[in-house]
Amino acid sequence: MTASSRDLPTAYVPSGAAPARDADQLRARIPGWGVDLDPADRPSVPKLQFHEDLSGAHWEFPERQPERWPRERSIEHAFLTPVFGTACPPHGLSGVIRKFSYRRYSEGRAAHWLLLLLADRVDAWESHLRSFATLHPDNPITETGVLSEFSHHGLSSRLGRRRSDLVHQPLDPVIVAGPWVAAGGAAFVGIRTLMRMLRR
Amino acid sequence: MRAMVYRGPYKIRVEEKDIPRIEHPNDAIVRVTLAAICGSDLHLYHGLMPDTRVGMSFGHEFIGVVDQVGASVQNVQPGDRVMVPFNIFCGSCWYCARGLYSNCHNVNPNATAVGGIYGYSHTCGGYDGGQAEYVRVPFADVGPALIPDWMSEEDAVLLTDAAPTGYFGAQLGDIAQGDTVVVFGAGPVGLVAAQSSWLMGAGRVIVIDHLEYRLEKARTFANAETYNFTEYDDIVVALKRQTDFLGADVAIDAVGAEADGNLLQHVTSAKLKLQGGSPVALNWAIDSVRKGATISVIGAYGPIFSAVKFGDAMNKGLTLRMNQCPVKRQWPRLFEHVHNGYLKPSELVTHRVPLEHIAEGYHVFSAKLDGCIKPLVVPTAA
Ligand SMILES: NC(=O)c1ccc[n+]([C@@H]2O[C@H](COP(=O)([O-])OP(=O)(O)OC[C@H]3O[C@@H](n4cnc5c(N)ncnc54)[C@H](O)[C@@H]3O)[C@@H](O)[C@H]2O)c1
Ligand SMILES: [Zn+2]
Ligand SMILES: [Zn+2]
Repeated sequence: MTASSRDLPTAYVPSGAAPARDADQLRARIPGWGVDLDPADRPSVPKLQFHEDLSGAHWEFPERQPERWPRERSIEHAFLTPVFGTACPPHGLSGVIRKFSYRRYSEGRAAHWLLLLLADRVDAWESHLRSFATLHPDNPITETGVLSEFSHHGLSSRLGRRRSDLVHQPLDPVIVAGPWVAAGGAAFVGIRTLMRMLRR
Repeated sequence: MRAMVYRGPYKIRVEEKDIPRIEHPNDAIVRVTLAAICGSDLHLYHGLMPDTRVGMSFGHEFIGVVDQVGASVQNVQPGDRVMVPFNIFCGSCWYCARGLYSNCHNVNPNATAVGGIYGYSHTCGGYDGGQAEYVRVPFADVGPALIPDWMSEEDAVLLTDAAPTGYFGAQLGDIAQGDTVVVFGAGPVGLVAAQSSWLMGAGRVIVIDHLEYRLEKARTFANAETYNFTEYDDIVVALKRQTDFLGADVAIDAVGAEADGNLLQHVTSAKLKLQGGSPVALNWAIDSVRKGATISVIGAYGPIFSAVKFGDAMNKGLTLRMNQCPVKRQWPRLFEHVHNGYLKPSELVTHRVPLEHIAEGYHVFSAKLDGCIKPLVVPTAA
Protein backbone atom coordinates (compact mmCIF):
# COMPACT_ATOMS: atom_id res chain seq x y z
CA MET A 1 0.00 0.00 0.00
CA THR A 2 1.25 3.52 -0.73
CA ALA A 3 0.40 6.88 0.69
CA SER A 4 -1.59 9.33 -1.42
CA SER A 5 0.74 10.40 -4.20
CA ARG A 6 -0.65 13.91 -4.08
CA ASP A 7 1.53 14.71 -1.09
CA LEU A 8 4.75 13.64 -2.76
CA PRO A 9 7.10 15.97 -4.63
CA THR A 10 6.81 15.97 -8.44
CA ALA A 11 9.94 13.99 -9.18
CA TYR A 12 8.77 10.87 -7.35
CA VAL A 13 5.41 10.23 -9.04
CA PRO A 14 4.32 9.72 -12.67
CA SER A 15 1.74 12.45 -13.15
CA GLY A 16 4.00 14.98 -11.61
CA ALA A 17 4.05 17.63 -14.33
CA ALA A 18 4.28 21.06 -12.76
CA PRO A 19 0.82 22.66 -12.58
CA ALA A 20 -0.06 23.92 -16.05
CA ARG A 21 0.40 27.68 -16.22
CA ASP A 22 -2.36 29.73 -17.63
CA ALA A 23 -1.15 30.83 -21.04
CA ASP A 24 -3.69 33.68 -21.28
CA GLN A 25 -2.59 35.05 -17.94
CA LEU A 26 1.05 34.97 -19.00
CA ARG A 27 0.19 36.59 -22.32
CA ALA A 28 -1.61 39.40 -20.49
CA ARG A 29 1.27 39.94 -18.08
CA ILE A 30 4.24 39.66 -20.45
CA PRO A 31 4.35 41.51 -23.78
CA GLY A 32 5.01 39.02 -26.54
CA TRP A 33 4.63 35.90 -24.39
CA GLY A 34 4.61 32.85 -26.64
CA VAL A 35 5.11 34.61 -30.00
CA ASP A 36 7.98 32.20 -30.69
CA LEU A 37 6.32 29.15 -29.16
CA ASP A 38 6.54 27.38 -32.49
CA PRO A 39 10.19 26.45 -33.11
CA ALA A 40 9.61 27.18 -36.81
CA ASP A 41 9.40 30.89 -35.90
CA ARG A 42 12.78 30.82 -34.17
CA PRO A 43 15.74 31.87 -36.29
CA SER A 44 18.56 29.37 -36.82
CA VAL A 45 16.18 26.39 -36.62
CA PRO A 46 17.16 23.87 -37.88
CA LYS A 47 20.80 24.50 -37.10
CA LEU A 48 22.14 23.49 -40.51
CA GLN A 49 20.28 25.03 -43.43
CA PHE A 50 21.80 25.47 -46.86
CA HIS A 51 21.64 29.14 -47.91
CA GLU A 52 21.48 29.17 -51.71
CA ASP A 53 22.26 32.91 -51.87
CA LEU A 54 25.45 32.46 -49.81
CA SER A 55 24.23 35.40 -47.69
CA GLY A 56 25.35 37.96 -50.27
CA ALA A 57 28.71 36.41 -51.15
CA HIS A 58 29.31 36.58 -54.92
CA TRP A 59 32.19 34.10 -54.96
CA GLU A 60 32.66 30.39 -54.38
CA PHE A 61 35.95 31.09 -52.65
CA PRO A 62 36.98 34.63 -51.71
CA GLU A 63 39.90 36.41 -53.36
CA ARG A 64 43.05 36.10 -51.29
CA GLN A 65 44.16 39.06 -49.21
CA PRO A 66 47.86 39.89 -49.81
CA GLU A 67 50.15 38.52 -47.10
CA ARG A 68 52.29 41.52 -46.21
CA TRP A 69 54.40 39.61 -43.68
CA PRO A 70 54.60 35.89 -42.88
CA ARG A 71 51.31 35.34 -41.11
CA GLU A 72 51.29 32.75 -38.31
CA ARG A 73 48.51 30.17 -38.58
CA SER A 74 47.10 27.07 -36.92
CA ILE A 75 48.58 23.86 -38.32
CA GLU A 76 45.03 22.50 -38.34
CA HIS A 77 44.30 24.76 -41.34
CA ALA A 78 45.04 23.52 -44.85
CA PHE A 79 46.44 26.93 -45.80
CA LEU A 80 46.44 30.57 -44.76
CA THR A 81 42.78 31.65 -44.79
CA PRO A 82 41.92 34.03 -47.65
CA VAL A 83 41.11 36.84 -45.20
CA PHE A 84 42.82 37.56 -41.89
CA GLY A 85 43.48 40.30 -39.36
CA THR A 86 46.55 42.49 -39.71
CA ALA A 87 46.76 43.94 -36.19
CA CYS A 88 50.03 43.73 -34.22
CA PRO A 89 52.46 41.55 -36.21
CA PRO A 90 54.65 39.40 -33.93
CA HIS A 91 57.86 41.07 -32.74
CA GLY A 92 60.47 40.74 -30.01
CA LEU A 93 60.79 37.75 -27.71
CA SER A 94 57.00 37.41 -27.44
CA GLY A 95 56.88 37.16 -31.24
CA VAL A 96 59.43 34.34 -31.23
CA ILE A 97 57.39 32.41 -28.64
CA ARG A 98 54.15 32.99 -30.56
CA LYS A 99 55.57 31.90 -33.89
CA PHE A 100 57.07 28.77 -32.30
CA SER A 101 53.78 27.90 -30.64
CA TYR A 102 51.83 28.18 -33.93
CA ARG A 103 54.46 26.25 -35.90
CA ARG A 104 54.87 23.44 -33.42
CA TYR A 105 51.57 22.74 -31.64
CA SER A 106 47.99 22.21 -32.80
CA GLU A 107 45.03 23.77 -30.99
CA GLY A 108 44.52 20.38 -29.37
CA ARG A 109 47.68 20.74 -27.28
CA ALA A 110 47.72 22.58 -23.96
CA ALA A 111 51.31 23.62 -24.68
CA HIS A 112 50.07 25.73 -27.60
CA TRP A 113 47.81 27.82 -25.40
CA LEU A 114 50.14 27.99 -22.40
CA LEU A 115 52.96 29.27 -24.61
CA LEU A 116 50.62 31.88 -26.10
CA LEU A 117 49.64 33.01 -22.59
CA LEU A 118 53.31 33.18 -21.65
CA ALA A 119 53.99 35.25 -24.76
CA ASP A 120 51.18 37.61 -23.72
CA ARG A 121 52.87 38.28 -20.38
CA VAL A 122 56.26 38.72 -22.06
CA ASP A 123 54.67 41.06 -24.60
CA ALA A 124 53.23 43.20 -21.80
CA TRP A 125 56.60 43.54 -20.07
CA GLU A 126 58.47 44.16 -23.32
CA SER A 127 55.96 46.87 -24.13
CA HIS A 128 56.11 48.45 -20.68
CA LEU A 129 59.90 48.61 -20.87
CA ARG A 130 59.84 49.99 -24.40
CA SER A 131 57.29 52.64 -23.41
CA PHE A 132 59.72 54.07 -20.85
CA ALA A 133 61.98 55.07 -23.74
CA THR A 134 59.16 57.10 -25.32
CA LEU A 135 57.35 60.35 -24.57
CA HIS A 136 54.30 58.25 -23.65
CA PRO A 137 55.39 55.84 -20.88
CA ASP A 138 52.83 53.44 -19.43
CA ASN A 139 50.96 54.96 -16.53
CA PRO A 140 49.28 52.35 -14.32
CA ILE A 141 47.04 54.96 -12.68
CA THR A 142 45.40 56.24 -15.86
CA GLU A 143 45.57 52.94 -17.75
CA THR A 144 43.79 50.91 -15.09
CA GLY A 145 41.02 53.51 -14.82
CA VAL A 146 41.31 53.12 -11.06
CA LEU A 147 40.45 56.78 -10.45
CA SER A 148 36.87 55.91 -11.37
CA GLU A 149 36.74 54.33 -7.90
CA PHE A 150 36.30 57.92 -6.66
CA SER A 151 33.99 59.25 -9.36
CA HIS A 152 31.81 56.12 -9.62
CA HIS A 153 31.04 55.11 -6.02
CA GLY A 154 33.76 52.52 -5.53
CA LEU A 155 33.01 52.17 -1.83
CA SER A 156 29.24 52.27 -1.80
CA SER A 157 29.10 49.88 -4.75
CA ARG A 158 30.78 47.31 -2.55
CA LEU A 159 30.16 48.04 1.14
CA GLY A 160 27.28 46.25 2.81
CA ARG A 161 26.53 44.21 -0.29
CA ARG A 162 26.85 40.49 -0.48
CA ARG A 163 29.09 40.39 -3.52
CA SER A 164 30.94 37.18 -3.95
CA ASP A 165 33.70 38.83 -6.01
CA LEU A 166 34.91 40.97 -3.11
CA VAL A 167 37.08 38.14 -1.78
CA HIS A 168 39.29 38.07 -4.84
CA GLN A 169 39.18 41.69 -6.01
CA PRO A 170 42.22 42.49 -3.79
CA LEU A 171 44.15 40.12 -6.05
CA ASP A 172 43.70 42.41 -9.04
CA PRO A 173 46.38 44.94 -8.00
CA VAL A 174 48.75 42.02 -7.43
CA ILE A 175 48.17 40.88 -10.97
CA VAL A 176 48.65 44.32 -12.38
CA ALA A 177 51.87 44.77 -10.46
CA GLY A 178 53.29 41.30 -10.50
CA PRO A 179 55.20 39.44 -13.19
CA TRP A 180 54.88 36.27 -11.14
CA VAL A 181 52.14 34.85 -13.32
CA ALA A 182 54.51 34.90 -16.27
CA ALA A 183 57.23 33.31 -14.19
CA GLY A 184 54.82 30.60 -13.01
CA GLY A 185 53.64 29.89 -16.55
CA ALA A 186 57.22 29.75 -17.81
CA ALA A 187 58.21 27.36 -15.03
CA PHE A 188 55.18 25.16 -15.76
CA VAL A 189 55.86 24.92 -19.48
CA GLY A 190 59.60 24.57 -18.87
CA ILE A 191 59.26 21.73 -16.38
CA ARG A 192 56.75 19.98 -18.63
CA THR A 193 58.99 20.22 -21.67
CA LEU A 194 61.93 19.04 -19.60
CA MET A 195 59.96 16.06 -18.32
CA ARG A 196 58.88 15.20 -21.86
CA MET A 197 62.48 15.33 -23.02
CA LEU A 198 63.64 13.17 -20.12
CA ARG A 199 60.91 10.61 -20.85
CA ARG A 200 61.94 10.26 -24.51
CA MET B 1 42.54 58.40 -35.58
CA ARG B 2 41.95 57.80 -31.88
CA ALA B 3 41.64 54.19 -30.76
CA MET B 4 41.50 52.17 -27.57
CA VAL B 5 44.65 50.11 -27.19
CA TYR B 6 45.42 47.15 -24.88
CA ARG B 7 48.60 47.58 -22.79
CA GLY B 8 48.55 44.33 -20.77
CA PRO B 9 46.16 42.86 -18.17
CA TYR B 10 43.87 45.52 -16.64
CA LYS B 11 45.59 48.28 -18.62
CA ILE B 12 44.33 50.17 -21.66
CA ARG B 13 44.83 53.62 -23.09
CA VAL B 14 43.75 55.72 -26.03
CA GLU B 15 46.34 56.24 -28.75
CA GLU B 16 46.75 57.86 -32.13
CA LYS B 17 46.71 55.10 -34.80
CA ASP B 18 46.64 55.00 -38.60
CA ILE B 19 43.16 54.80 -40.11
CA PRO B 20 42.78 51.15 -41.20
CA ARG B 21 43.28 50.47 -44.90
CA ILE B 22 41.42 48.33 -47.39
CA GLU B 23 43.27 44.99 -47.31
CA HIS B 24 40.91 42.98 -49.50
CA PRO B 25 38.56 43.95 -52.38
CA ASN B 26 35.46 43.16 -50.30
CA ASP B 27 36.53 45.26 -47.30
CA ALA B 28 34.84 48.43 -46.13
CA ILE B 29 36.21 51.03 -43.74
CA VAL B 30 33.52 52.14 -41.30
CA ARG B 31 33.59 55.35 -39.23
CA VAL B 32 32.28 54.27 -35.83
CA THR B 33 29.45 56.36 -34.38
CA LEU B 34 28.69 54.23 -31.31
CA ALA B 35 30.32 51.20 -29.73
CA ALA B 36 29.84 49.14 -26.56
CA ILE B 37 31.88 47.18 -24.05
CA CYS B 38 30.81 43.53 -23.77
CA GLY B 39 31.25 41.04 -20.94
CA SER B 40 33.47 39.17 -23.39
CA ASP B 41 35.84 42.15 -23.55
CA LEU B 42 36.45 41.64 -19.84
CA HIS B 43 38.01 38.23 -20.54
CA LEU B 44 40.54 40.00 -22.80
CA TYR B 45 40.99 42.88 -20.39
CA HIS B 46 41.80 40.46 -17.58
CA GLY B 47 44.42 38.72 -19.75
CA LEU B 48 42.48 35.45 -19.94
CA MET B 49 42.38 34.94 -23.68
CA PRO B 50 45.56 33.50 -25.21
CA ASP B 51 47.29 35.64 -27.87
CA THR B 52 45.89 38.99 -26.84
CA ARG B 53 48.59 41.35 -28.10
CA VAL B 54 49.66 44.69 -26.71
CA GLY B 55 48.57 47.35 -29.20
CA MET B 56 45.33 45.65 -30.23
CA SER B 57 42.11 47.67 -30.24
CA PHE B 58 39.12 45.80 -28.77
CA GLY B 59 35.45 46.24 -29.58
CA HIS B 60 33.07 43.88 -31.38
CA GLU B 61 29.84 45.79 -30.81
CA PHE B 62 29.65 48.88 -32.98
CA ILE B 63 27.60 50.78 -35.55
CA GLY B 64 28.79 53.47 -37.92
CA VAL B 65 28.88 55.06 -41.35
CA VAL B 66 30.59 53.48 -44.35
CA ASP B 67 33.59 55.63 -45.23
CA GLN B 68 35.35 53.69 -48.02
CA VAL B 69 34.67 50.45 -49.88
CA GLY B 70 36.90 47.99 -51.73
CA ALA B 71 36.65 47.32 -55.48
CA SER B 72 34.29 44.33 -55.27
CA VAL B 73 31.78 45.73 -52.76
CA GLN B 74 28.23 45.92 -54.16
CA ASN B 75 25.80 45.95 -51.25
CA VAL B 76 26.90 49.02 -49.27
CA GLN B 77 28.32 52.39 -50.27
CA PRO B 78 30.01 55.33 -48.57
CA GLY B 79 27.53 57.24 -46.43
CA ASP B 80 25.40 54.21 -45.52
CA ARG B 81 24.55 53.87 -41.80
CA VAL B 82 25.37 50.29 -40.92
CA MET B 83 25.24 47.88 -38.01
CA VAL B 84 27.92 45.21 -38.06
CA PRO B 85 27.54 41.73 -36.49
CA PHE B 86 30.34 40.86 -34.08
CA ASN B 87 31.17 37.83 -36.26
CA ILE B 88 33.47 38.26 -39.25
CA PHE B 89 32.28 35.74 -41.86
CA CYS B 90 32.65 35.03 -45.57
CA GLY B 91 29.22 33.69 -46.53
CA SER B 92 30.66 30.99 -48.78
CA CYS B 93 32.61 28.42 -46.76
CA TRP B 94 31.07 25.07 -45.79
CA TYR B 95 29.93 26.52 -42.47
CA CYS B 96 28.61 29.88 -43.67
CA ALA B 97 26.73 28.17 -46.52
CA ARG B 98 24.82 26.29 -43.80
CA GLY B 99 24.20 29.34 -41.63
CA LEU B 100 26.94 28.77 -39.05
CA TYR B 101 28.28 32.31 -39.46
CA SER B 102 30.01 32.29 -36.10
CA ASN B 103 32.00 29.24 -37.21
CA CYS B 104 33.33 30.63 -40.53
CA HIS B 105 36.43 28.79 -41.77
CA ASN B 106 37.81 31.48 -44.09
CA VAL B 107 38.54 34.36 -41.73
CA ASN B 108 40.63 33.10 -38.84
CA PRO B 109 44.05 31.64 -39.67
CA ASN B 110 45.03 31.46 -36.00
CA ALA B 111 42.47 28.87 -34.94
CA THR B 112 40.02 26.46 -36.51
CA ALA B 113 37.95 26.05 -33.35
CA VAL B 114 36.60 29.61 -33.42
CA GLY B 115 35.51 31.97 -36.20
CA GLY B 116 36.52 35.60 -36.69
CA ILE B 117 35.56 38.29 -34.18
CA TYR B 118 36.38 42.01 -34.30
CA GLY B 119 38.91 43.13 -31.70
CA TYR B 120 38.98 39.79 -29.98
CA SER B 121 42.63 38.68 -29.84
CA HIS B 122 44.60 36.79 -32.45
CA THR B 123 42.92 33.59 -31.33
CA CYS B 124 39.84 35.05 -33.06
CA GLY B 125 41.71 36.22 -36.17
CA GLY B 126 43.81 39.23 -35.17
CA TYR B 127 41.39 41.95 -36.29
CA ASP B 128 41.33 45.37 -34.67
CA GLY B 129 37.96 46.26 -33.19
CA GLY B 130 35.45 49.09 -33.08
CA GLN B 131 36.31 50.91 -29.86
CA ALA B 132 38.02 53.37 -32.18
CA GLU B 133 37.11 56.05 -34.67
CA TYR B 134 37.47 53.76 -37.69
CA VAL B 135 37.43 50.02 -38.23
CA ARG B 136 38.12 47.65 -41.13
CA VAL B 137 35.04 45.54 -41.94
CA PRO B 138 35.88 42.48 -44.08
CA PHE B 139 33.20 40.96 -46.36
CA ALA B 140 31.18 44.13 -46.48
CA ASP B 141 28.71 42.43 -48.86
CA VAL B 142 27.95 39.74 -46.29
CA GLY B 143 28.07 41.03 -42.70
CA PRO B 144 26.75 44.59 -42.28
CA ALA B 145 23.11 45.64 -42.63
CA LEU B 146 21.61 49.10 -43.10
CA ILE B 147 20.14 50.43 -39.85
CA PRO B 148 16.36 50.70 -40.31
CA ASP B 149 15.05 54.26 -39.93
CA TRP B 150 12.79 53.37 -37.01
CA MET B 151 15.57 51.80 -34.95
CA SER B 152 17.33 53.76 -32.20
CA GLU B 153 21.12 53.78 -32.24
CA GLU B 154 21.21 52.12 -28.78
CA ASP B 155 19.02 49.26 -29.99
CA ALA B 156 21.14 48.96 -33.13
CA VAL B 157 24.42 48.68 -31.23
CA LEU B 158 22.96 46.16 -28.79
CA LEU B 159 21.68 44.12 -31.73
CA THR B 160 25.26 43.55 -32.91
CA ASP B 161 25.89 41.12 -30.02
CA ALA B 162 24.27 41.25 -26.57
CA ALA B 163 20.62 41.08 -27.68
CA PRO B 164 20.90 38.37 -30.36
CA THR B 165 23.20 36.36 -28.09
CA GLY B 166 20.70 36.46 -25.23
CA TYR B 167 17.86 35.43 -27.52
CA PHE B 168 20.07 32.73 -29.05
CA GLY B 169 20.77 31.42 -25.54
CA ALA B 170 17.07 30.95 -24.90
CA GLN B 171 16.68 29.40 -28.31
CA LEU B 172 19.42 26.83 -27.68
CA GLY B 173 17.45 25.78 -24.59
CA ASP B 174 14.70 24.33 -26.83
CA ILE B 175 12.06 25.81 -24.53
CA ALA B 176 8.59 24.22 -24.67
CA GLN B 177 5.37 25.75 -23.36
CA GLY B 178 5.28 25.97 -19.58
CA ASP B 179 8.96 25.14 -19.06
CA THR B 180 10.84 26.40 -16.05
CA VAL B 181 13.97 28.21 -17.26
CA VAL B 182 16.90 29.15 -15.00
CA VAL B 183 19.28 31.80 -16.29
CA PHE B 184 22.67 32.07 -14.60
CA GLY B 185 24.07 35.60 -14.92
CA ALA B 186 22.13 38.88 -14.95
CA GLY B 187 24.47 40.72 -17.30
CA PRO B 188 23.13 42.14 -20.57
CA VAL B 189 23.27 38.70 -22.20
CA GLY B 190 21.48 36.88 -19.37
CA LEU B 191 18.84 39.60 -19.04
CA VAL B 192 17.93 39.34 -22.73
CA ALA B 193 17.96 35.53 -22.44
CA ALA B 194 15.43 35.79 -19.59
CA GLN B 195 13.22 38.20 -21.57
CA SER B 196 13.43 35.96 -24.65
CA SER B 197 12.50 32.81 -22.70
CA TRP B 198 8.99 34.22 -22.26
CA LEU B 199 8.66 34.77 -26.01
CA MET B 200 9.29 31.06 -26.46
CA GLY B 201 6.55 30.16 -24.01
CA ALA B 202 8.34 29.62 -20.70
CA GLY B 203 6.04 29.16 -17.70
CA ARG B 204 8.56 30.34 -15.17
CA VAL B 205 11.82 32.29 -15.56
CA ILE B 206 14.37 32.38 -12.73
CA VAL B 207 17.56 34.50 -12.77
CA ILE B 208 20.60 33.86 -10.54
CA ASP B 209 23.38 36.38 -9.77
CA HIS B 210 25.09 37.91 -6.77
CA LEU B 211 24.75 41.57 -7.74
CA GLU B 212 21.55 42.87 -6.19
CA TYR B 213 21.21 45.80 -8.62
CA ARG B 214 21.29 43.43 -11.57
CA LEU B 215 18.75 41.09 -9.98
CA GLU B 216 16.51 44.12 -9.51
CA LYS B 217 16.83 44.72 -13.26
CA ALA B 218 15.96 41.06 -13.90
CA ARG B 219 12.72 41.57 -11.98
CA THR B 220 11.68 44.80 -13.71
CA PHE B 221 13.11 44.35 -17.20
CA ALA B 222 12.61 40.60 -17.61
CA ASN B 223 9.72 39.86 -15.19
CA ALA B 224 11.86 37.15 -13.64
CA GLU B 225 11.99 35.53 -10.21
CA THR B 226 15.44 36.12 -8.78
CA TYR B 227 17.80 34.43 -6.32
CA ASN B 228 21.02 35.90 -4.97
CA PHE B 229 23.33 32.92 -4.68
CA THR B 230 25.25 34.45 -1.77
CA GLU B 231 22.10 34.20 0.34
CA TYR B 232 22.03 30.42 0.07
CA ASP B 233 24.41 27.93 1.55
CA ASP B 234 23.97 25.85 -1.60
CA ILE B 235 22.16 27.31 -4.60
CA VAL B 236 21.74 23.87 -6.18
CA VAL B 237 19.66 22.67 -3.25
CA ALA B 238 17.73 25.94 -3.20
CA LEU B 239 16.81 25.47 -6.85
CA LYS B 240 15.73 21.88 -6.21
CA ARG B 241 13.45 23.07 -3.41
CA GLN B 242 12.05 25.80 -5.65
CA THR B 243 11.11 23.27 -8.32
CA ASP B 244 9.47 20.65 -6.11
CA PHE B 245 12.69 18.59 -6.18
CA LEU B 246 12.47 18.08 -9.92
CA GLY B 247 14.86 20.75 -11.16
CA ALA B 248 14.39 23.21 -14.02
CA ASP B 249 13.62 22.03 -17.55
CA VAL B 250 16.16 24.38 -19.11
CA ALA B 251 19.23 26.20 -17.79
CA ILE B 252 21.19 28.92 -19.55
CA ASP B 253 24.81 29.72 -18.67
CA ALA B 254 25.18 33.44 -19.39
CA VAL B 255 28.19 33.85 -17.09
CA GLY B 256 31.15 32.12 -18.70
CA ALA B 257 34.81 31.98 -17.84
CA GLU B 258 34.98 34.31 -14.86
CA ALA B 259 32.16 32.91 -12.76
CA ASP B 260 32.20 33.65 -9.05
CA GLY B 261 30.81 31.57 -6.23
CA ASN B 262 33.72 29.15 -5.84
CA LEU B 263 37.00 30.80 -4.95
CA LEU B 264 39.18 27.89 -6.04
CA GLN B 265 37.56 27.68 -9.47
CA HIS B 266 37.66 31.45 -9.91
CA VAL B 267 41.27 31.90 -8.85
CA THR B 268 42.63 28.93 -10.83
CA SER B 269 41.01 30.24 -13.99
CA ALA B 270 40.51 34.00 -13.90
CA LYS B 271 43.65 34.78 -11.92
CA LEU B 272 46.16 31.94 -12.45
CA LYS B 273 44.99 30.99 -15.97
CA LEU B 274 45.33 27.27 -15.25
CA GLN B 275 41.88 26.53 -16.65
CA GLY B 276 40.09 27.83 -19.74
CA GLY B 277 37.40 29.21 -17.47
CA SER B 278 35.78 28.85 -14.08
CA PRO B 279 32.74 26.64 -14.78
CA VAL B 280 30.93 27.45 -11.52
CA ALA B 281 27.70 28.53 -13.19
CA LEU B 282 27.87 25.69 -15.70
CA ASN B 283 28.35 23.15 -12.91
CA TRP B 284 25.47 24.66 -10.94
CA ALA B 285 23.37 24.35 -14.09
CA ILE B 286 24.34 20.71 -14.57
CA ASP B 287 23.54 19.81 -10.98
CA SER B 288 20.36 21.84 -10.54
CA VAL B 289 18.35 20.95 -13.68
CA ARG B 290 16.10 17.92 -13.92
CA LYS B 291 17.29 14.76 -15.62
CA GLY B 292 16.84 14.89 -19.38
CA ALA B 293 17.00 18.70 -19.33
CA THR B 294 18.72 20.98 -21.84
CA ILE B 295 21.58 23.29 -20.90
CA SER B 296 22.42 26.18 -23.17
CA VAL B 297 25.91 27.63 -22.86
CA ILE B 298 26.48 31.11 -24.25
CA GLY B 299 28.93 32.20 -21.57
CA ALA B 300 32.38 32.22 -23.15
CA TYR B 301 35.25 29.95 -22.09
CA GLY B 302 38.90 29.95 -23.14
CA PRO B 303 40.51 27.24 -25.27
CA ILE B 304 42.23 25.44 -22.35
CA PHE B 305 40.36 22.67 -20.48
CA SER B 306 37.94 23.60 -17.68
CA ALA B 307 36.87 21.49 -14.67
CA VAL B 308 33.31 20.73 -15.85
CA LYS B 309 31.22 18.09 -14.06
CA PHE B 310 30.81 15.91 -17.07
CA GLY B 311 29.92 12.74 -15.17
CA ASP B 312 26.79 14.31 -13.73
CA ALA B 313 25.82 15.67 -17.15
CA MET B 314 26.17 12.18 -18.64
CA ASN B 315 24.38 10.35 -15.86
CA LYS B 316 21.50 12.82 -15.97
CA GLY B 317 21.05 12.44 -19.71
CA LEU B 318 21.42 16.16 -20.31
CA THR B 319 21.55 17.83 -23.70
CA LEU B 320 24.23 20.52 -23.87
CA ARG B 321 23.88 23.07 -26.66
CA MET B 322 26.22 25.98 -27.26
CA ASN B 323 27.87 28.30 -29.78
CA GLN B 324 28.95 31.82 -30.44
CA CYS B 325 25.83 33.54 -31.72
CA PRO B 326 25.42 33.71 -35.54
CA VAL B 327 24.18 37.30 -35.26
CA LYS B 328 23.03 38.02 -38.78
CA ARG B 329 20.92 34.89 -38.89
CA GLN B 330 18.99 36.13 -35.84
CA TRP B 331 18.35 39.62 -37.17
CA PRO B 332 15.15 39.44 -39.25
CA ARG B 333 13.10 37.96 -36.40
CA LEU B 334 14.77 40.10 -33.73
CA PHE B 335 14.16 43.30 -35.70
CA GLU B 336 10.43 42.40 -35.52
CA HIS B 337 10.63 41.80 -31.76
CA VAL B 338 12.36 45.13 -31.15
CA HIS B 339 9.91 46.89 -33.45
CA ASN B 340 6.98 45.34 -31.55
CA GLY B 341 8.48 46.22 -28.18
CA TYR B 342 8.83 42.57 -27.12
CA LEU B 343 12.58 43.00 -26.71
CA LYS B 344 13.97 46.30 -25.41
CA PRO B 345 17.76 46.04 -25.45
CA SER B 346 18.32 49.80 -25.17
CA GLU B 347 16.87 49.71 -21.64
CA LEU B 348 20.04 47.92 -20.53
CA VAL B 349 22.28 50.90 -21.24
CA THR B 350 23.50 52.51 -18.02
CA HIS B 351 26.61 54.46 -19.07
CA ARG B 352 27.85 56.45 -22.09
CA VAL B 353 31.63 56.81 -21.94
CA PRO B 354 33.64 59.11 -24.24
CA LEU B 355 36.36 57.11 -26.03
CA GLU B 356 38.99 59.25 -24.30
CA HIS B 357 37.79 57.94 -20.90
CA ILE B 358 37.45 54.31 -21.89
CA ALA B 359 39.94 53.09 -19.25
CA GLU B 360 37.49 54.28 -16.56
CA GLY B 361 34.64 52.65 -18.49
CA TYR B 362 36.40 49.28 -18.40
CA HIS B 363 37.16 49.57 -14.71
CA VAL B 364 33.60 50.51 -13.77
CA PHE B 365 32.13 47.66 -15.87
CA SER B 366 34.72 45.14 -14.70
CA ALA B 367 34.45 45.96 -10.99
CA LYS B 368 30.65 46.34 -11.35
CA LEU B 369 30.57 49.85 -9.86
CA ASP B 370 27.89 52.51 -10.04
CA GLY B 371 25.05 50.16 -11.03
CA CYS B 372 26.73 49.46 -14.35
CA ILE B 373 24.97 47.03 -16.69
CA LYS B 374 25.86 48.08 -20.24
CA PRO B 375 28.40 50.82 -21.00
CA LEU B 376 28.44 52.41 -24.46
CA VAL B 377 31.52 54.09 -25.94
CA VAL B 378 31.21 57.32 -27.88
CA PRO B 379 34.09 57.96 -30.32
CA THR B 380 35.63 61.39 -30.38
CA ALA B 381 34.52 62.35 -33.87
CA ALA B 382 30.99 60.92 -33.60
N1 LIG C 1 28.12 33.12 -27.18
C1 LIG C 1 28.27 34.38 -27.62
O1 LIG C 1 28.12 34.63 -28.80
C2 LIG C 1 28.54 35.47 -26.63
C3 LIG C 1 28.31 36.79 -27.00
C4 LIG C 1 28.43 37.80 -26.04
C5 LIG C 1 28.83 37.49 -24.76
N2 LIG C 1 29.11 36.18 -24.44
C6 LIG C 1 29.51 35.79 -23.08
O2 LIG C 1 28.38 35.85 -22.24
C7 LIG C 1 28.80 36.08 -20.89
C8 LIG C 1 27.99 37.21 -20.28
O3 LIG C 1 28.21 38.42 -20.97
P1 LIG C 1 27.69 39.80 -20.34
O4 LIG C 1 28.00 40.89 -21.30
O5 LIG C 1 26.29 39.65 -19.87
O6 LIG C 1 28.72 39.90 -19.09
P2 LIG C 1 28.64 40.52 -17.61
O7 LIG C 1 29.99 40.41 -17.04
O8 LIG C 1 27.98 41.86 -17.63
O9 LIG C 1 27.64 39.52 -16.83
C9 LIG C 1 28.03 38.35 -16.17
C10 LIG C 1 27.16 38.22 -14.92
O10 LIG C 1 27.35 36.94 -14.31
C11 LIG C 1 27.30 37.11 -12.89
N3 LIG C 1 27.88 35.94 -12.25
C12 LIG C 1 29.17 35.70 -11.90
N4 LIG C 1 29.28 34.46 -11.37
C13 LIG C 1 28.04 33.92 -11.36
C14 LIG C 1 27.52 32.67 -10.95
N5 LIG C 1 28.32 31.70 -10.45
N6 LIG C 1 26.18 32.44 -11.09
C15 LIG C 1 25.37 33.39 -11.63
N7 LIG C 1 25.82 34.60 -12.06
C16 LIG C 1 27.14 34.85 -11.93
C17 LIG C 1 28.05 38.41 -12.69
O11 LIG C 1 27.77 38.96 -11.44
C18 LIG C 1 27.50 39.25 -13.85
O12 LIG C 1 26.33 39.95 -13.49
C19 LIG C 1 30.30 36.36 -20.99
O13 LIG C 1 31.03 35.17 -20.69
C20 LIG C 1 30.50 36.70 -22.43
O14 LIG C 1 31.83 36.40 -22.87
C21 LIG C 1 28.96 35.18 -25.35
ZN1 LIG D 1 30.42 40.19 -27.01
ZN1 LIG E 1 32.61 31.41 -43.96
